[in-house]
Amino acid sequence: MKTVEEIKTAIETAVSGAQLEIVPNGSPSAEHSLLVDAAHAFAAAKFLRDDAELKLDFLSNVTGVDWLDKETTEKVKVTRPVEKEVNGVKTMVDETVEETKKTVTPGYLEAVYHLYSMAKKHGPVILRMRTGNRSDKVELPSLTPIWRAAEFQEREVFDLFGIIFTGHPDLRRILMWDGFKDYPMRRDYVDPDDYEYEPTAHDDVLKRAQAHLAATTTEAAQ
Amino acid sequence: MSESLLEAWNRPPTIEVDGEGELLEVAMGPHHPSTHGVFRMDVVLDGERVIKLKPVFGYLHRNHEQIGQTVGYLQMMPYTDRLDYFCSLTNNWAYALAVEKLVGQAVPERAEYIRVILAELTRIQNHASTIGFLTQEMGASGTPLMYAFREREKILDLFESLTGSRMMCNYMRFGGCRVDMTEAHLNAARKIVTGLPRFIDEFENLLTSNEILMARSQGMGVLKPDLAVNAGITGPMLRASGVNYDIRKVDHYGIYDRFSFRVPLGEHGDIYDRYMVRVLEMRESLKILEQALKDIPAGPFIDPKAKIRGFKPKPGEAYGRIEAPKGELGFYLISDGGTSPYRFRIRPPSFINLTVLEDMCIGQNVADVVVVFGSVDIVLGEVDR
Amino acid sequence: MLGEGLLKGLGETARNFAGSFVSKERLTTVQYPEEREPLPEASRAFPFLVYDGADWEAGLRCVACQICEKECPPKCIYIEKSKDKKPDYVGKPQIYPAKFDIDISVCMSCQICVEVCPFEAIKMDNQFELATDDRFGGLLYDRKELARSNEYYHKIHPTEAAEVDARLAEEKAKAEEKAKAVAAAAAAKAAPAMAAKPAEGAQPQ
Repeated sequence: MKTVEEIKTAIETAVSGAQLEIVPNGSPSAEHSLLVDAAHAFAAAKFLRDDAELKLDFLSNVTGVDWLDKETTEKVKVTRPVEKEVNGVKTMVDETVEETKKTVTPGYLEAVYHLYSMAKKHGPVILRMRTGNRSDKVELPSLTPIWRAAEFQEREVFDLFGIIFTGHPDLRRILMWDGFKDYPMRRDYVDPDDYEYEPTAHDDVLKRAQAHLAATTTEAAQ
Repeated sequence: MSESLLEAWNRPPTIEVDGEGELLEVAMGPHHPSTHGVFRMDVVLDGERVIKLKPVFGYLHRNHEQIGQTVGYLQMMPYTDRLDYFCSLTNNWAYALAVEKLVGQAVPERAEYIRVILAELTRIQNHASTIGFLTQEMGASGTPLMYAFREREKILDLFESLTGSRMMCNYMRFGGCRVDMTEAHLNAARKIVTGLPRFIDEFENLLTSNEILMARSQGMGVLKPDLAVNAGITGPMLRASGVNYDIRKVDHYGIYDRFSFRVPLGEHGDIYDRYMVRVLEMRESLKILEQALKDIPAGPFIDPKAKIRGFKPKPGEAYGRIEAPKGELGFYLISDGGTSPYRFRIRPPSFINLTVLEDMCIGQNVADVVVVFGSVDIVLGEVDR
Repeated sequence: MLGEGLLKGLGETARNFAGSFVSKERLTTVQYPEEREPLPEASRAFPFLVYDGADWEAGLRCVACQICEKECPPKCIYIEKSKDKKPDYVGKPQIYPAKFDIDISVCMSCQICVEVCPFEAIKMDNQFELATDDRFGGLLYDRKELARSNEYYHKIHPTEAAEVDARLAEEKAKAEEKAKAVAAAAAAKAAPAMAAKPAEGAQPQ
């Protein structure tokens, strides 16, 4: 099978304007994945399925990943002119100061597709798509019209992560019930306070169970 | 795949309604006895004919994926038993395989043999009971199911004496297995393997040429191969449609390249083919078992240097998949360097095989929906996770 | 011929029916609860705490290290450490569990607590008939309800218990040897001093 780099060039030549990036995988499995921009993802996926050499006709796994906003602090040495009194005269002197710089990398939701070929018996090729952010720009093109295997799995990703797949024929909640509001697989999801009885509660569960008990007893007293 | 199929999919599947009487919407389940647990099908009926079917999931949703992201790597192992509770050992293997891929852990030879033996025994007992359930749904109230369970019992007895539990085995570990399979266990397995061909023969005598089974299953619930591939169907369902894709042959995970066995394929993709493929797969599993039980070498059953608990894999990801009795079972793990995975994903075969349930049921009688559903072979613990 | 397959199948059921009178292979049901199949040795249900000797409280092997509490997947174990110490089986003073609760309704019989315990203090019982009419309290076992003697452990898992006993005896012997060696070293250290003293005292004479 072609390597990830070769597939990247193949897609770039076939789909004009597609922006692809190889996402390295640090684990010993070394299955690197291809990050494709949302605008050209559909065309790229169609190419991967129909290309005579690749023929990735089998979409095995679709999943979402939630990447939170990342705040990185790094110490940077900054050289800047500082006013100083040298021999009674005020002059500007360059001085190197160490500063902590905070950078916030905005989080995003990611959809991961594992592709194999049943005809050629090779794989996997891992395709990724990323949303703009985690709140309002969560739309990605649905690949269900290309591989129907994505139908239920994209619904599941929508249900648990909140990625809206445009072009999906039947995008409803699948595992949670229809009236459910939140997305339970997001990293910042707070599960509801329903600790009625927990005889062997630990740490934060214990704290919440106690808070729940306090809340319910005051409610009952009122 | 042809462009026309795409178009057909993008429209809702339609079928001519004869116009007499009115359409009836029926909720089959979640407490319908044929739904293997808690599963609902919203069926729109025109008389007896199904014109629309929507599966409704989630009654057994426990969010295993969230659990997997909060507990450590070892702690997730017993939870995997509870996915497809008929085949806990193959679930264990798939998960162990994914973690081994993530940390780069090798498995000693004896452990690989033990895994193959247990996985194939699991496959046999799963297929036997699936056929039992399928015939139960056709109205054979109990006889084939009881025969299947009688044989399954022997296999489960072996599992219990080896792993301590009949169904929730929690047996495999990263880099091997928890305890060794002693000579006594191996002899018990050999005894089962010598007894099983007679059982399969009896089972086939009972069912294969049975006119009622043929009438209820031949030409029913047909799944075309191009749709099966496109919809990601795996396992006996896919092979019954004639697509030769067995992960044991494709990936050669474990030591499957050492055994000679064939991949049974169907021709028509109907329920009868699914039944036949399962029977033949049991026979092929017996072949693998005979070879494995003959060749099993001495040696360690677990890599003594393997880290079992409290380890922190390097940031990265791995997707490990095996040919579970129901289809491709995969685990997708992303590590961020912590003691528990950043992302833990299960690729459940039963869930994805249900994608084509509507396509197979459209136009059938409502009584056949139950049979088509039974031929998919699902376990709700895995569908809803 | 139509019906041939049916007749063949009926022949099979007839064979099984007749066979069930003569062959144990074909009649596999037992009349539970009057009749029971013997449980295999490895069979596991829920954990218990092992104690040595006659007094369960004094003999508990558990030293409240809380490893099992941390490793338990569904977090069904709750341990409170004691403030004081008491001697363990090798005679080393150890903390003991002031409170050790297992919620059996949460426990999923996975055996991970047994695997991680470095003190052979927690083992798997094979009692599975634990039905109770008290939904909460009845299934929350405290350390008294969990305590089982080593003899009981030998009864349900003979091979495993024998291995454990051998290992513990070896450890104990090692610890005793070490203690002896330490004592001997201390004695040896004291001895020259003792020997030197009278010698010093002897000089002026």
